[in-house]
Amino acid sequence: MYTAEFDYHKVSSVADALAALAANPDAKLLAGGHSLIPTMKLRLAAPSALIDVSQIEGLKGIRLEGETIVIGAMTTHREIEHSSLLKEKCRILPEQAALIGDPMVRNKGTIGGALAHADPAADYPASMLALGASMKIESSSGARVVSADNFFLGMFQTAVQEGEMLTEIHIPANTLGSAYEKFAHPASRYAIVGVAVVKHAGGNTRAAVTGAGASAMRLTKLEAGASSGLVDAADLLSDHVASAEYRAHLVDVMARKALARV
Amino acid sequence: MTQKFVGQAMKRVEDPRFITGAGNYTDDIAVLGMVHAAMVRSPYAHAKIKSIDSSAALALAGVLAVLTGKDLVGAGINPIPTGWLLPDLKISAHHAIQPEEVNHVGNIVAVVIAESRAIAEDAVALVDVDYDVLDSLSLGSDALAEGAVQVHPEAPGNMAFDWNIGDSAAVDAEFAKADKIIRLELKNQRLVANAIEPRASLAEYKRAGEEYTLYTTSQNPHIHRVMIGAFIMGIPEHKLRIVSPDVGGGFGSKIFQYPEEVIVLFAAKKVGRPVKWTARRSESFVSDAQGRDHESVAEAAVSSDGKLLALRVDTIANMGAYLTTFAPAVPTYLYGTLLNGTYKWNAIHCHVRGAYTNTVGVDAYRGAGRPEATYLIERIVSMAALELGMDAAEIRRKNFIQPDEFPYQTPVALAYDSGNYEPALDMALEKLGYAALRVKQAEMRKQGKYIGIGVCTYLEACGLAPSALVGSLGAQAGQWESALVRVAATGMVEVLTGSHSHGQGHETAFAQVVADELQIPVEHVSLVHGDTARLPHGWGSYGSRSAPVGLSAITLACRKITDKAKKIAAHLLEASSEDMEHVDGKFQVKGVPERNKSFFDVSLMAHLAHNYPADLEPGLEATHFYDPKNFVYPFGTHLAVVEIDSDTGSTKLIRYVCVDDCGPIINPLIAEGQIHGGVAQGVGQALLENTLYDKSGQLISGSYLEYTMPRADDMVQLEIGHTVTPSPHNPLGVKGIGEAGTIASTAAVANAVIDALEPFGVKHLDMPFTAEKVWRVMQPKLAQAADD
Repeated sequence: MYTAEFDYHKVSSVADALAALAANPDAKLLAGGHSLIPTMKLRLAAPSALIDVSQIEGLKGIRLEGETIVIGAMTTHREIEHSSLLKEKCRILPEQAALIGDPMVRNKGTIGGALAHADPAADYPASMLALGASMKIESSSGARVVSADNFFLGMFQTAVQEGEMLTEIHIPANTLGSAYEKFAHPASRYAIVGVAVVKHAGGNTRAAVTGAGASAMRLTKLEAGASSGLVDAADLLSDHVASAEYRAHLVDVMARKALARV
Repeated sequence: MTQKFVGQAMKRVEDPRFITGAGNYTDDIAVLGMVHAAMVRSPYAHAKIKSIDSSAALALAGVLAVLTGKDLVGAGINPIPTGWLLPDLKISAHHAIQPEEVNHVGNIVAVVIAESRAIAEDAVALVDVDYDVLDSLSLGSDALAEGAVQVHPEAPGNMAFDWNIGDSAAVDAEFAKADKIIRLELKNQRLVANAIEPRASLAEYKRAGEEYTLYTTSQNPHIHRVMIGAFIMGIPEHKLRIVSPDVGGGFGSKIFQYPEEVIVLFAAKKVGRPVKWTARRSESFVSDAQGRDHESVAEAAVSSDGKLLALRVDTIANMGAYLTTFAPAVPTYLYGTLLNGTYKWNAIHCHVRGAYTNTVGVDAYRGAGRPEATYLIERIVSMAALELGMDAAEIRRKNFIQPDEFPYQTPVALAYDSGNYEPALDMALEKLGYAALRVKQAEMRKQGKYIGIGVCTYLEACGLAPSALVGSLGAQAGQWESALVRVAATGMVEVLTGSHSHGQGHETAFAQVVADELQIPVEHVSLVHGDTARLPHGWGSYGSRSAPVGLSAITLACRKITDKAKKIAAHLLEASSEDMEHVDGKFQVKGVPERNKSFFDVSLMAHLAHNYPADLEPGLEATHFYDPKNFVYPFGTHLAVVEIDSDTGSTKLIRYVCVDDCGPIINPLIAEGQIHGGVAQGVGQALLENTLYDKSGQLISGSYLEYTMPRADDMVQLEIGHTVTPSPHNPLGVKGIGEAGTIASTAAVANAVIDALEPFGVKHLDMPFTAEKVWRVMQPKLAQAADD
């Protein structure tokens, strides 16, 4: 319950955040804080400083830009859950947001924070892969856009490098349907297996799973038409709550349920 | 007619302060000059302490002291004693701070006292403890296996005790003539108590008068005063005040004497400042006494027509690293004596071995022994029904003790005072629509849908208990309860009770009884509890004893008040006190109701004593110490219905019917609240809760990310009914309801899950029924069906 000592900087623009990050190499960006603060309280993390980016106005909100939905990184789960734009054009995200934590967590937690943290059992990574989303990453030397397929690199690892921050999520606005089915961990209610399936405008289906492995991954066999044996248990996590074999089975079950609703 | 309060579903008077943040919990209390303690806890399950280097911690600004076990031992602080002694019990010293060896992860090796908790926590990281790590044990059966690592030298083979009850020769004789033997091997898994308020203690020492005050999260402050004062620290009892203010749940875990309470008292004198410690939740997981943890083999001898003949039970109880306050009683006298259940067994024998392991101590947890007994009996009776092809409800009906057979002497010591089991069973079956649901279940199975119906016709013994009896069984405490009813000059009534409320709603329910006894408005009654400086000695609340024991003391004290009030009124009315009656809140002359005095008139004159009987003491207060004549024996029927998803193995509770008999109900709202919470806790054990230690004694499920507590969406709306069979031996006829839900529901849900899995050839499965475990036992048949 007691963190190590740290400095706290509150910033109001991306430029200020990047400058503060450059000045404090051991710093962590603070968004909703629902993953970071508990790890600091358990003293599993002890950053020298927190740079609070949660109040940067330019990073909040959901808007349509042509055929792309742009979600600011500091948009909360609650805003996503209740967004009429998303409900109309990308229902999988409100559906997922409603499954995250409880109302208090959803009021504070942000999509950018969740994606940059890349918890292997977080919900959004599956939909990002299935949607073919891309992430805008900014640094003092400029901005770059990375596809979801190249964003999640492993357990708690993303394409965001030192001195960079995730600022926007770009999602195609013309998908034809989507669904997410989650088998939740009984205690944490994170995903043991969460399968996202999205039908795209070109007629192709993209699907991905989160929770089952070290990071979210595409379900290429499902995309190719298979309905079972979608993942190899050897590639999955295994623990006292769910063995790899059981997770592999759950991927098939959750995929079947998601496909039925897409 | 005066309004009757007993029986009314009054809202709890304590709730507004609890739900608006106005409660006064130990951690809310701040005193001038207060400093903070943080514990240095062992990261190892079993290790020798080679050395402790505190120099870096002491060098940190704001650190006042770092104290170790050697400091306490050197100052003459004794180990924490065990409060229940069995014959030949092997006790290992449990020091508040271990001086030489640690025996579980979380065992305290030092304490840091600092100006703030944050500084204290920083300093904890700087205390350098050099350990010599030893092999460790987590499982009771491993501890008792030949060649196992030795936890304590005092307990060869790690055996804390070897205990028997019942007539084994009689059991053997019944087994020899039985048609069938039902055999059940089961584990009753370990549980973490998880009170919503973590434990906390704040100690003050005043040099003037050499007086100590300890604010602490306790269900029984006087027990702490005796243990700390007389046994551990040698503080005269009248120089040690224990205050247990609002307490956010105990479930047994706040009965016990804990190390931290001793540590803050010692440190407060040492540093000359008040010292506070509040557990972090991760400390609660590795330092609050835990519950259950049995490995049992049970055999039932039965006749082919379903008569239960004899029961033989062999249990290994994992006691953890130390025998905490009541630990030895829980798997023995609170377990073996309960194995008779609601049935007529000819003979029962139970053998229990207590095993030391390198885990947190196991002691009373909601139900304490009775849930373990009930789970075993109710599982084996359902298993007998399955093997004999009988209905689970009918085998129970066939074996019930009949209403005309009370008092009923069981083969395992207890004599049941009263009971009438069949009406509760019938009411529950009716509420559920049992027969129709069995038909539906059969139809659903044909469609590949699996529901299960679990039956549990439980009995429990609570209201601990006649002092002479528990004393003869090893208790180092009395089990009576005290009450002091004090009437002020204005007729306002203060009730001082040795019972302690830590969520039970005593301030409401007890006031309802007092208001009826004295025939006064309920708002005129207030309850005082949890402060040794204000109360007569009391033994506190556990074992559902507050209503049958604590409230009996209050009731009898009220009757003393009424008797005295009649004498005062008689004097004022110039009548004989034998001619007085107490009606509609007035003391009146029989047959002449207009000649009367109010409660206020009498209270006032008791204090003024201006016009007063010559042979009567002034004042209006009465004390009663009530020692119960027997336990009380609540019973009932709980029926659980679950549905299992064959795709995933997930189990969902879909209906829950319970009919409980706790005698006359004082406040139905509070009684139902106790049932709700109790059932949820029992459902938690059956479906979700999972205390997992790895081979090296690390608690894997040491946070809410891994330890699965039941939540609202794991529950269903309970369908509740009651029958009323009063206890014949206490003034209100009341029996406890605080633990019944937990005692009954684990078995009911487990029986429902096994019933649902019957088509898969499953006869037993150990809790918790987690999805993968259930999915795996369904796999062979499902895979076969898919192939066909």
